[in-house]
Amino acid sequence: MLVLAVDTATPAVTAGVVLVGGAGPEVLAQRVTVDARAHGELLTPHVLAALADAGRSLADVAAIVCGVGPGPFTGLRAGIATAAALGHALDVPTHPVCSLDAIAAGTDEPLLVTTDARRRELYWATYEGGVRTAGPGVDRPADVAAQLAGGRRRAGTSLYADLLAVEHTGAEYPTPAGLVAAAGDALAGPGEPLVPLYLRRPDATVPGSRKRVTAP
Amino acid sequence: MSLVLGIESSCDETGVGIARLHPDGRIELLADEVASSVDQHARFGGVVPEVASRAHLEAMVPTMRRAVEKAEVDLGDIDAIAVTCGPGLAGALLVGVSAAKAYAAALNVPLYGVNHLPGHVAADTLQHGALPAPCLALLVSGGHTQLLRVDDLATKITEIGSTIDDAAGEAYDKVARILGLPYPGGPPIDRAASTGDPEAIRFPRGLTGPRDARYDFSFSGLKTAVARWVENRERDGLEVPVEDVAASFQEAVADVLTMKAVRAAEELGVGTMVLSGGVAANSRLSGLAAERCAAAGIELRVPRPRLCTDNGAMIAALGAHLVAAGVHPSAVELSADPALPVSTVSV
Ligand SMILES: [Zn+2]
Repeated sequence: MLVLAVDTATPAVTAGVVLVGGAGPEVLAQRVTVDARAHGELLTPHVLAALADAGRSLADVAAIVCGVGPGPFTGLRAGIATAAALGHALDVPTHPVCSLDAIAAGTDEPLLVTTDARRRELYWATYEGGVRTAGPGVDRPADVAAQLAGGRRRAGTSLYADLLAVEHTGAEYPTPAGLVAAAGDALAGPGEPLVPLYLRRPDATVPGSRKRVTAP
Repeated sequence: MSLVLGIESSCDETGVGIARLHPDGRIELLADEVASSVDQHARFGGVVPEVASRAHLEAMVPTMRRAVEKAEVDLGDIDAIAVTCGPGLAGALLVGVSAAKAYAAALNVPLYGVNHLPGHVAADTLQHGALPAPCLALLVSGGHTQLLRVDDLATKITEIGSTIDDAAGEAYDKVARILGLPYPGGPPIDRAASTGDPEAIRFPRGLTGPRDARYDFSFSGLKTAVARWVENRERDGLEVPVEDVAASFQEAVADVLTMKAVRAAEELGVGTMVLSGGVAANSRLSGLAAERCAAAGIELRVPRPRLCTDNGAMIAALGAHLVAAGVHPSAVELSADPALPVSTVSV
């Protein structure tokens, strides 16, 4: 089964073509550009280029795996909108995965995965034996540091290394192999809607009483 | 014959329209599906970009499915896709552009990244047929207030004038708030004004002095004048005549918009004017425009209200004009441009 994997939850614009089944997942081709402002521009070109590198086309895709965050909102939506539209147009199932799970995939040791949430915060989750044990959450780095108990190492972004001073291991960004691994057995299923993990409410304040233009 | 699908997500409406371009150039509207997030913005008194963007992402594929079903076509029958790539809210535009790029790639059809503003003009051709060239367009909504000279809908549009501060629709929202009327302010002010006296209060007409820009607009001073008038009234312990204030405010807006639009048409020697955008549905604006255009011998075209507000049909229509004109589609690297100038009809 040919699986298309995409993720835009981090500064990386990621698309990969993965063959699943038989001897286990095999990444046929992938295109990744690290540019937090290019998600909308580059994702579809990356999808097409990865397929061309693999000698395949969109018509060959049997399922789509999409990282649904957590991630900074605007970029995150580029990936989800793309994957959802492809799923509809190609009439193939879509499989949402937590982008942090994709970073953790393949690492069995105790792990803290962090990604940049901007506004001086981190998205985070912890893992034991490749299974998520806490999170995903969004917190200040000093508060995330509490999750390092138990000799965890760190994957994902290495931001705030002064507060989270442990050895870095694993991937910095979600990879196509990690995305497909995180989807796991669900890939055989009918798929699910791609619901973003925002973790934060929109910035919006209900206006107070109207400001006067004349002196009271 | 060509089937063109249009996607719109520049503000708070997720729109998908499907239009058929006939060999004689006629554009037939087959579907016009819209999902609006306007109710989610009401308590904030204006569009909240992040709320709008979240709503677009949720609504995009379902709206697409409804449009295809309504048009009684298969997605595979689509020959071209047009999508609003600007101007508008960055995060909102990105949802539509990302989806459109994916649909175009999956269906292997050309994609046109188009300008939202000419889309409002193109909407009129769905109802009234081809536009004479040149013509003038007055676009009035919560996001825009523009006078455009349209020489060719697909290739040549020039901005003659625009607001230097608030959009007219924004002024409606703010004045509605001053008067304790709900958001969005257009319909409730129009309703209140219907029983008020438009000459009760003489509110200022912005930028109408002899040395002011002839085709530009300003509504910020008007909004402040309304607030000042209402506050003075309250300070004096008098009741605020909401109907009269609404009617007098509305009169000032419609007066300046139509005066400048007719002036532009006459000075440019243009015989046809299109009035579109969400505020075009305002009864006093369309009424006064009809009156003044008739007096000046100008043909006025106003699309039905559903076509005036933001929707995918207008983008499908503009896309059909681009296909008919043989304009080159956009590159696969197309991205949203929140500040896309109106002279760039497609990118
Ligand atoms: Zn508009």
